[in-house]
Formats: sequence, structure tokens, C-alpha cells
Amino acid sequence: MINIVYRLKSPKFFEESIDEIELDGVVVRPTYLSICQADQRYYQGSRPAEILDKKLPMALIHEGIGEVVFDSEDNFKSGDKVVMIPNTPFGGDVCRANYSYKSKFRGSGFDGFTSDLIKMESDRVIRIPDDFNLHVSAFIELISVAYQGISKFEEICVTPKDVLGVWGDGNLGFITTLLLKEMFPQSKVIIFGKHQDNLDLFSFADEVYRIHDVPDDLVVDHGFECVGSSASQSAVDQMINIINPQGTINLFGVSEYPIPINTRLILEKGLTVQGNSRSEREDFIGVVDLLSKNPRLFTYLEKLITNVCEINSLDDLKEAFDKDYISKFGKTILKWNK
Amino acid sequence: MIFAAILAGGIGSRMGGTDTPKQFLPLGDRPVIIHTIEKFVINSKIDKIIVLTPKNYINHTNHLIEEYIGDNEGIVVIEGGKTRNDTLMNSINYIGENFTINDESIIITHDSVRPFVTHRIIEDNIEASRKYGACDTVVPATDTIVESVDGNTISNIPVRSNYYQGQTPQSFNINKLHSLMCSLTEDETNILTDACKIFTLKGEDVYLVEGEVTNIKITYPYDLKLANTILEDQHD
Repeated sequence: MINIVYRLKSPKFFEESIDEIELDGVVVRPTYLSICQADQRYYQGSRPAEILDKKLPMALIHEGIGEVVFDSEDNFKSGDKVVMIPNTPFGGDVCRANYSYKSKFRGSGFDGFTSDLIKMESDRVIRIPDDFNLHVSAFIELISVAYQGISKFEEICVTPKDVLGVWGDGNLGFITTLLLKEMFPQSKVIIFGKHQDNLDLFSFADEVYRIHDVPDDLVVDHGFECVGSSASQSAVDQMINIINPQGTINLFGVSEYPIPINTRLILEKGLTVQGNSRSEREDFIGVVDLLSKNPRLFTYLEKLITNVCEINSLDDLKEAFDKDYISKFGKTILKWNK
Repeated sequence: MIFAAILAGGIGSRMGGTDTPKQFLPLGDRPVIIHTIEKFVINSKIDKIIVLTPKNYINHTNHLIEEYIGDNEGIVVIEGGKTRNDTLMNSINYIGENFTINDESIIITHDSVRPFVTHRIIEDNIEASRKYGACDTVVPATDTIVESVDGNTISNIPVRSNYYQGQTPQSFNINKLHSLMCSLTEDETNILTDACKIFTLKGEDVYLVEGEVTNIKITYPYDLKLANTILEDQHD
């Protein structure tokens, strides 16, 4: 069937294009989408030129929900609200599918969600309850990335989890701190950040520190880096310095540059460094389950929403990206009417 | 109830160089009309899709549907009329003879040669025709519109921002459409080139639904060539 896809042709320039989809899976109409930093890097043209040349034109956005229009296998009813999983495995692997070279990721390896309809395999959509907050649900994917990292942390952690430190007062730091408080209620969760305005929103954290104002005797058992870019160097360094022996360092922040790390202290303390990126079906199920059981999480997560933009035209989409770019904190939600 | 009427009655007099009506010519791997019907098949709100073709193309259309879409009780192929409004009337009559409709029932009418219609446009048509009784899908006019009565000189250049180009679908409350069609005088019938005009002639509002620049009508050989090129480009 013919489908219309709205692709980024070159930085800051979207265009309509025509695609074809087979009616052999689940067809979803996107309803609420959310802009991620990765989308913004393509839109602004801040990815390396050779990457832009290779990947564009491509539809952006990998965070979003929609409504089922058609399902060839009748597992879903028309009108079912679903969250879409952007990671798409092409064959099995020995590692998790979100790390497999055989997987493709929407809005990175192939078209994201800005289109009239989206065809997905049945296991790439998860039903969400009708009473879910739709604006927050738009960024379940981002929540699932934090969830995925925390689940993996739990698998490798060998020392106590009494004190957990999160570095980074942005969206991912907020979500990670909130999930850690929810998943490890006995642990003390400390947030380390740079921006007092942002830190003021972390009311659920046990302690809040500005990175230049950390007491000399403060220690954490495990650290979660949610800073990204070149600033992650100082965050990781601070973490290595104040973490207890055999703790884990969980990296979440994306950097376009190689980050130097103090390996001497990592060796000395026997630390484990674990990288985290993307998420898989089980993480989405975990997040939907967590939000169903703890609906009050929505009230915290709602604080992250800084812009809600109605998208009726490609100009609206451009305006939403520009608005998102100048927002220092929070998520831009797109009500997809296009 | 919600009905879709796919208007495929045209014989393609503007296509040139072919005897096959344009809706049956291939676009990518399937005929244009199949692409169009698929857009309505996946919409579960639609109770019945009525495809209206020239009489000698009814069997052919049924075969195409069976080949590309499969057995589908939700689709019926019937004969279209001599004019667009006759074709529309045939669909209304078919509905009247086979279904019990009420004041909520609507019909979405769509050109079979507009295969790029989006799900969003169809949904907006359903919503607008339910709410307002009639709607037309349009895009703002991009070229300056020039009026010439004698075909030689300009008689008027209207303000472009007030003008739109009509696409399809056009959707209507069936009872309202039927009663308006029955009240037309012969003179009024003769000047009708568009179903929405039935409403405007009778002083009834027609709501605007935003179309898409991609929702092109395949009228000339160039359009089909262009559409095929766009699709091929996608496959490269």
C-alpha cells in the first residue's frame, strides 16, 4: 500500500515522500511523538557530514505512540493505543537485540515515525492502557532506555546498593533518578548536576548536589552517567573518584567525541563500566507495567514536558524542532495531525 | 454507517495513447485503483466500499480485487454512471437498496485516480462530514488564478489567498446529499461538475479538510509517469 513519509532531506529541510508498505503486519497511525537529542543532531546537521550523506533523506523520531489501524493477524484491534519499539532485529544474535549489529533502529538506520502510517511487526508494538497520559507515553521509549540500563545494572552489581549516584540533570538523569527511587526504594539516590533550575525539579531524590559543591567525604556505591557529550568526561571522573570499590559505572550519555577515562583508578577499585544504549521489547513491557502499577509516576514525568506542538504541516514540524532546540530542559511532544 | 464510494467511472479521455482507463494502468507493482482501494480497506470504520466502474470493467475490477486484496466482503463493484453525478447517484441508490441508513450515515466519495490519499485525510473527512454534514478536501492555491471569460484576455485576477484547489475525498451526510440531489432543477444539474457544488448551490455549508500536495490526481500520461518515477525512486 502507498504511504506518505515525511523525511529530513537535509538539515532543517523536510519533504514529503512516497513509500510502499506491505499489509502483512500491524499498521499504526502515529498520534503523539517526542523529539530526542539524536533527532535534533540530524535536524541541526551536527552529525559528521559523511553520516548525514549516508543516512538522509530519512524520517526522524523514534519515540512515539499511535493507534492501530490494521492488523493482518488480528492480535490488535483497530483503535488500540500502542507504544512503538524503534529497534528492529533482523535475525537472532548472542547479545540483546538492542546491541546487535543485525538490528536496525528507526530514525537512525531507517525511517522514523513521521509518516501517515507506520508498518510494524506484531512484536514491535506494545498495547498501552487507555488511561495512560498520552504526552508522557510519547516518550516511553526514553524511559525504557533508563529501565534497560537499570535492569542490566542489577544483573552485574555485586556490592551493596545503599547509595546510588546519578550524574546529569537533564531528561535522562531525571528519568533514571525517578526509576531508581521506584525500583530500589531502600537505596539512597543522589543527583549530581550543574543547573540549579533543573535540580530543583528532582524533589524525589534523597540528596541533590551541584557538581562543584560535593562534600569531600561523600561516597556512592554505584554511579549512573546521564550527561553525554564532552561534559561526560568530568562526570565520569568525579564518579570514579567517589565510588566505592567494586562499584559499577553505568554509562548512558552519548558523546560525539572520545572521552578519556582514568583507567588507573578503575583498576585500583575493581570497577565495572557498563555501556547502555537503546532498549528492547522486554524493557517497554517493564515500563508499561511499572507505569500501570504506579500511575503517580506520570505526575513526576509530566514535569519534563516543556513544549506540546500540534503538527499539521512540515512548517509546524520545523517550528517544533526549533522550539525544542532552544529549550534548555525537557521534552517536546508532537501531536501528530499530519 | 460509513460508506466509501470509489469513483472509477471515467474512461480516461485525457490520458491519450491507451484504451485502458487510467485507473487500471499500473503504478508500481499494481493498478492505480488497487492502491486507492487499499487505503479504504484498512480503515475499519468504513462499513462498505462501493467501487463504481464502467460496465465493461466490472468483472476486470473484481478480478483485480481478488488478485491483489483477496476475498473481501466489504467491497462491492457496481456500474458507474454517464457523469460524475450519475455515478454518485448510483452509489446512493445502491446504499438505499441494500442498507438501512439513518441521519448519521455518511459517504466518502473519492477519485479512483488519487492513490496517494492519506489515512489522515480519510479520518478528517469522516470527522468533518459527521460534524458538519459535508466536507471537501483542498490545498491552498499556489499559482495565481486568472479568470478569462473569452479565453483571450484576463477579466479578473482574484485574491489568491481566498482560493483553494479541490482534491478528493468529498464526504457527505447521505440523507442530506440525497435530498439535495433530488431537489436539483435540470439547469442546476447541467452545471454540476462537482458534488460539493450541490451543497453550495442550495446554500449549505461545506467544511474544508486540509489535503496534501502529494494527493495528486492521475489525469495525464505525465502524471502516471511522474507517479511511477517517484515510486521507483523509493525502491532504489
